[in-house]
Amino acid sequence: MITRRDFLSAGGIVVVLVNDLEAQESGGRRGRRGFGRPMPKAVSAWLHIGEDGAITAYTGKVEVGQNSRTSLTQAVAEELRVKPPAIGMIMGDTYLTPFDMGTFGSMTTPQMWPQMRKAAAAAREMLVDLAAQKWKVDRASVRVADGRVRNGSRSAGFGELTHGQKLTCTITASEALTAATEWKVAGTSVPKVNARAMVTGAHKYAYDMKRPGMLYGKVAYPPSFGAKLVSLEASAAEKMPGVKVVHEEDFVGVAAADPETAERALAALKAQWNPLAAETNSRDVYEYFKKHAESGPPAGVQLTPYTVAYIAHTPLEPRAAVAEWSSDGKLTVWTGTQRPFGVRDELVQHFGLAEDHVHVFMPDTGSGYGGKHTGETAIEAARLAKAAGHPVKRNWTRQEEMTWAYFRPGALIEVGGTVNPDGSIASWDFHSYNPGGAGLASPYEIANRREQEHRTRTPLRQGSYRALAATAHNFVRESYMDELAHSIGMDPLEFRLKNAKNERLRAAIQAAADKFGWKTRRKMASQSGVNSSVTGFGISAGFEKGGYFGCCVEIAVTNGTVKVVRVVEAFECGAIVNPEHLHNQVEGAIIMGLGGALFEHIDFAENKIITNRLSRYRVPRFADVPKIESVLLDRKDIVSAGAGETPIMGIAPAVGNAIFDATGQRIRKLPMAPNGIGGAANASAAAVL
Amino acid sequence: MARVTELRVNGVRRRMDADPDRMLLSVLRDDLDLTGTKYGCGEGQCAACTVLVDGQPMRSCITKVGAVAGKHILTIEGLAPKDGLHPVQEAFLEADAMQCGWCTPGMILGAVALLRHNPDPSEEEIVAGMNGHICRCGTYPRVVRAIQEASRKGGAA
Repeated sequence: MITRRDFLSAGGIVVVLVNDLEAQESGGRRGRRGFGRPMPKAVSAWLHIGEDGAITAYTGKVEVGQNSRTSLTQAVAEELRVKPPAIGMIMGDTYLTPFDMGTFGSMTTPQMWPQMRKAAAAAREMLVDLAAQKWKVDRASVRVADGRVRNGSRSAGFGELTHGQKLTCTITASEALTAATEWKVAGTSVPKVNARAMVTGAHKYAYDMKRPGMLYGKVAYPPSFGAKLVSLEASAAEKMPGVKVVHEEDFVGVAAADPETAERALAALKAQWNPLAAETNSRDVYEYFKKHAESGPPAGVQLTPYTVAYIAHTPLEPRAAVAEWSSDGKLTVWTGTQRPFGVRDELVQHFGLAEDHVHVFMPDTGSGYGGKHTGETAIEAARLAKAAGHPVKRNWTRQEEMTWAYFRPGALIEVGGTVNPDGSIASWDFHSYNPGGAGLASPYEIANRREQEHRTRTPLRQGSYRALAATAHNFVRESYMDELAHSIGMDPLEFRLKNAKNERLRAAIQAAADKFGWKTRRKMASQSGVNSSVTGFGISAGFEKGGYFGCCVEIAVTNGTVKVVRVVEAFECGAIVNPEHLHNQVEGAIIMGLGGALFEHIDFAENKIITNRLSRYRVPRFADVPKIESVLLDRKDIVSAGAGETPIMGIAPAVGNAIFDATGQRIRKLPMAPNGIGGAANASAAAVL
Repeated sequence: MARVTELRVNGVRRRMDADPDRMLLSVLRDDLDLTGTKYGCGEGQCAACTVLVDGQPMRSCITKVGAVAGKHILTIEGLAPKDGLHPVQEAFLEADAMQCGWCTPGMILGAVALLRHNPDPSEEEIVAGMNGHICRCGTYPRVVRAIQEASRKGGAA
């Protein structure tokens, strides 16, 4: 393993992949013999083949369950012609890996994956050069296969060729990348590379980290958002053996040798807080969005309002960090974050440190879903550790996680449209308040369209969430597509195909409909005792971040309770990198999406979160899971895109359309059925608007 | 109540000194460094903290350590012999029944307990038996498949 600092002095072969933009700015020189040049700044990946033949790849991307560690390993294995276990993949470590903005936006596959392949392909070609020189043969007669470099009956391991060498190669653009149709390792279902450590409990997550002399930290948060500390009486806590109380302006925390003492010390603090008057609550927030909007739709347009509740990511591993200061003032932090370099920058700024005095390391983490972009626990742990003079662990409880993290934004979305008698959409008006701009544009062919984001204020801290605003926008768009189809008595599938011109979108819709048997669907009404169950079918489609999907569902509504029975989702994101893991992502996204579709919602009032624990916040469980069929369309002629987000977008509108099909009731809010449908649940939503 | 000075964990008597009112989860993780048992909610809602106590699944986050002194506690670290895998662990690998892996140790111990109680469960029985376990990544169908596969191969108990 080599650090950034001693990177250029390492023996063996080093391949540095430079960001294309900087390469263009610096004259665009490329080549595989750039020995001895200073290391470029905008490096996006690097790869090392040691004198012992060990292959190590380095990337600032991180693993949060989306299996990027496996897919990036496949990329290197493919181009180096080795088996995946031969590769060490160092990820998300600010001392060891190149800078990376963060793991979000489904960018690992479209950006980092080809970069890893380019680096590995360049290393492969260097090995070919070395072998050709050593054996004094034409390099065209040398090939790399099965982890060895070969020429006729001769062969050498990578270590034999790199031993005693010190070669650095800087590449900026295309090496000879292997075509998707020729892939041997990429495109196959390579198992999750560190799965064994997960089933044995051996993997150390940030929550599990322990350092010698480590203390456990707790923070005294205000009882409501925005409250200011008026006074603090800490003498009882300070008298507890081994307890350190830290009080810096509004930050109050304790550190102790064990978690129970830390809890007791926290409870012994007497803090008085001055509450801030609440501006709104979860019931009135949609009016609040509208009231505070910086812009609005043109007057006179007929629009139908939809609402989307704030929801919580609820990663099962809450945010966690361990911070340790060295005697020379350097800071090391182990934390679960999607942005290790972003957290480093937060720490640099907070403590006024030099960049190279902060080392952030991210172990593979217990999920994020867009929720772990920021460094709250890292800063808390570092503050406490600095004051206590010991390493400090700061693990958020579930209640802290569900209160002090940021949320997926709530939204008010107003939509309107008209349709021609032949089923083509004549006009489309789409006005979105608060969730952000992702997925605002309809993927259908509409000449006369106005789609606008209206910025407004949020009463809760909000941020990124799997697929961002695209889930909210797609719910409204695809629900309203259904409304338009019904307004002219057209089948919802036919209506979508009529207006979808993009071939990939059409293929995804068609694939889902075919597998589902949309055209031959039949309602089966069942009667058992007092419970009458009604069947409904719904369809949705969409596009986001390079992925296209069609989604068909069957539901059963029994006494107002919605049960999703069957889901077929077709998904296409170019050439498939790992089919089994792609199936897993699509299934998982559908199941996660069911929560936001049917019941997940953050209730808040008086600047407090009411749904602040799992007993008050329902997430999908085994019993909620329908029969799921994911249909993967493999387009080997199209560059691979990411798949961690987009598959979540289809389920909510498809279920909403199925509820309409079953009951004639159009539900224009997420979640759609927190307490079942019909009656009080919908009356309250109507009262809001 | 007397302090807890010894726990029988994974077949080994571990010396310790803990207030009997402390939660077993914290003792396992913080005192004994058995971090394969995970915290998820602290109120028995997610089952990430599942361990087996005398063969029965328990939520260690709401189980006081004083209540399990003298009993046989099995955590994920003790499920299989060193360097080996239990059939249920193998079935989870085979079914790719995880994404981030945080819920996995609890799921596996819950599945082991389920199969000991009912070696040939129907899909409905698996869903009912595992419904207390939360997987936020949504790998539930794969967990069901893994349990079915472990059941089919037998020897899971």
